[in-house]
Amino acid sequence: MRKGDDTMRKILFVDPEKCTGCRLCETACVLHHEKTCNPIRARVHVAKWETAGLYIPILCLQCETPICETVCPLRAIKRDPNTGAMLVDYDLCVGCRLCVQFCPFGGVEIDTNTRKVRKCDLCGGEPVCVKFCEPGALQYVDETTTNRIKRRAAAERYSELMKKLLATV
Amino acid sequence: MWNKISHFMAKSRPTKNSRTSIDALKGAKKMVWNRKIVYINLSTGKVVQKPIPKEMRSLYLGGRGINMYLLYNHVNPGIDPLGPENVLFVGVGLIGGIPCLGSGRCDIAARSPLTGAVGDSNIGGFFAPELRFAGFDHLVIVGTAKKPVYLWISDGEIEVRDASSLWGKDSFETQTVIRNDLGDEEVKCLVIGEAGENLVRFANVRTGIKNSAGRTGMGCVMGSKKLKAIAVRGTKNLEFAYPDELLDYCKEMNDMIMKTRWAKAQSRWGTMVIFSNTNTTGLIRTRNFQLNRSAEGRDLEPESMDRYSIGMSGCYGCVVHCRHRYVLREGSYAPFYAEGPEYTSLGAFGTMVDCRKMETVLVANHLVNKYGLDTLETGGLIAWAMELYEKGIINEKMTDGLKLEWGNEEALFEMIRKIAVRDGFGGVLADGFKSAIAKIGKDSEYYAIQIKGMSSLHSDERPTPGLALGIATATRGADHLRSRPAVDLYGLPEDLLEKVYEGPVSSDYTSYEGKSRMVWWQELLYAVTDSLGTCKFQTVFCALHAPKWKEFSKLIRLVSGMEISKAQLMEIGERICTIERMFNLREGFSRKDDNLPERFFKEPTPIGLPIAKNKKIDKGKFNKMLDEYYALHEWDNNGVPKKETLKKLSLGKEPSHLL
Repeated sequence: MRKGDDTMRKILFVDPEKCTGCRLCETACVLHHEKTCNPIRARVHVAKWETAGLYIPILCLQCETPICETVCPLRAIKRDPNTGAMLVDYDLCVGCRLCVQFCPFGGVEIDTNTRKVRKCDLCGGEPVCVKFCEPGALQYVDETTTNRIKRRAAAERYSELMKKLLATV
Repeated sequence: MWNKISHFMAKSRPTKNSRTSIDALKGAKKMVWNRKIVYINLSTGKVVQKPIPKEMRSLYLGGRGINMYLLYNHVNPGIDPLGPENVLFVGVGLIGGIPCLGSGRCDIAARSPLTGAVGDSNIGGFFAPELRFAGFDHLVIVGTAKKPVYLWISDGEIEVRDASSLWGKDSFETQTVIRNDLGDEEVKCLVIGEAGENLVRFANVRTGIKNSAGRTGMGCVMGSKKLKAIAVRGTKNLEFAYPDELLDYCKEMNDMIMKTRWAKAQSRWGTMVIFSNTNTTGLIRTRNFQLNRSAEGRDLEPESMDRYSIGMSGCYGCVVHCRHRYVLREGSYAPFYAEGPEYTSLGAFGTMVDCRKMETVLVANHLVNKYGLDTLETGGLIAWAMELYEKGIINEKMTDGLKLEWGNEEALFEMIRKIAVRDGFGGVLADGFKSAIAKIGKDSEYYAIQIKGMSSLHSDERPTPGLALGIATATRGADHLRSRPAVDLYGLPEDLLEKVYEGPVSSDYTSYEGKSRMVWWQELLYAVTDSLGTCKFQTVFCALHAPKWKEFSKLIRLVSGMEISKAQLMEIGERICTIERMFNLREGFSRKDDNLPERFFKEPTPIGLPIAKNKKIDKGKFNKMLDEYYALHEWDNNGVPKKETLKKLSLGKEPSHLL
């Protein structure tokens, strides 16, 4: 548990508004981890509503209270102290898939090759998907930065509104 | 276990002495080599799967290359393009599926029902990689189904399914219904809309919201086979020779692309970005061919898209993401969500028909996509009809009461519908230029801006001889994507041009010097690009320092293990261009068809900047360029490949029926 630990960590921040749906994150992820190209085995997926033009990258959020860790009967899912990523210990994992069942975000998946599970491991602190994401829908940033990004976006909308109001006065 | 596999893969490095590394890869079962070719006979329902011989890969790579080989070998001369003997080819490029260069391109070919020549069209989106993941690289579809069908391809299995309930549905709804029926929203489809069903000769094949294989009427061929769609889902691994190096190199390629200004501009505005420049200069056909810029076309500038765009959208494996996602909230066709439009649509439904509102283009773009029509051909034909209407060659009686006046957007929308459903005058245009000219007669041919029966892009090539030579010689008709040397417009230093094109090229785009070399060189490069399955916008299209031969060569090695040098790649490009040429010659096309419409030689451009004003193509100089172009290809003066050329390219014994 990380309670009381106030060192700043980096998190993988998703900004769906910037996603263009190219699936480079998926292909780069799977090529890095599995040495093959097969997006179904990636650890990040772009959920698409094609007819509405909505694309949302979905991946493990490395929760503070990880449900996967809680439900794992063999304690095979542990936090990496360096990156904060929840990692699967494949020597312990028996492939019961309880974590798959309980994760509310679909962040853990069944690996069709090993019949065990796989999830995002933040590539040891250098996420490949982020490197390949040109528009910046996936960012690997300091925890405090995420708020700054959102505040800035909100402020921009606010300033647009102010400009409109001032122009009409 | 996969850890062990990945260890093994990581350790395998290229050996220096692997001369023909194809031999070295005999044991590699998982790589691109195990992707199969499938022969599907819709008349009999017979399906045969075969491996793709390795020599085919080293001769033609994949995608367009192998498709063109198949076209020459499987389509007998003089057959009816809409009959069961015509064959539809679908092909994925050799390096399709990797995370760079927009590697999700798919090539669709057949004998064109529009021109009778090579029919070939390229489509992006997500279909091609999905087909690869399902275990296939090439589909060969022959025969005609008795009732509407669609193909369902899933992990090595192929099923011909009933599509009666899909017949009559538009290109968007068809995809949604198929996905719902199969219960998988990840299914990717190639579909046709109503235009394809109604055998409009320039109907396109579509996937997703925007991607279209627009040109040469491949949708019409699908319609004639009663093939409504090809649905595919794949979950098989695609293995590579050197996966670790490949990942790093893909990243390098993406960075290389994004360093070009062209890619940066495109990722913000899409291909529409070209419009501001060309329209200011005077390189845009306006009112069919009467003017060369739209002075009142301000609203067509890409900046207008900010009113409608909700963000950009990309094809598989692309960092550029060059199309807008847009929503139109007001107007009689609103509300709807759509994607695009391309630069071509700005011309087709903007300047060429003299509509000056972005909204008109957005609606028309949505309509042609819905019906499954080629945007360029549709716009080109309607603009032509408008000029005929103005000249009094056709009148309201012939157009079913429609006032085909310049800028009449309601008439434009109505004409699009009429063409798609072959209603009245729409039926006349639905058969393309050749047939419409024959039906209308009089001087109508003079006003038609078409080559080999296919409409030209809305760019005005009179001030740019290089670009004009490109559309005149393209194997599939007036076409800018076979060879367009767009970098010509930049006025780059001549020493730099000489270095890249390996011969003297004038930096002045109004000059005729060295342009044949440019066109020839680009033609080879695009043939290879289409065969690799990558996007033309991510090679030398608008940036000289974009990835080309050397980079392609390395990617081929990392993906497949094949060592193919730059010289060999150029030879492959030459082979593909030559076999296309042989196909056209066999169908009766010759030097006389590598020509421009009369107006290019007769009417000088009336307006524009001094560099583009008062320009026309000089017939003598044009013919000299054509001679040079044939000589570079090592074809004779009539454009017929010489015997020694065929021997050099191992084309001496075609058709050889290796596949």
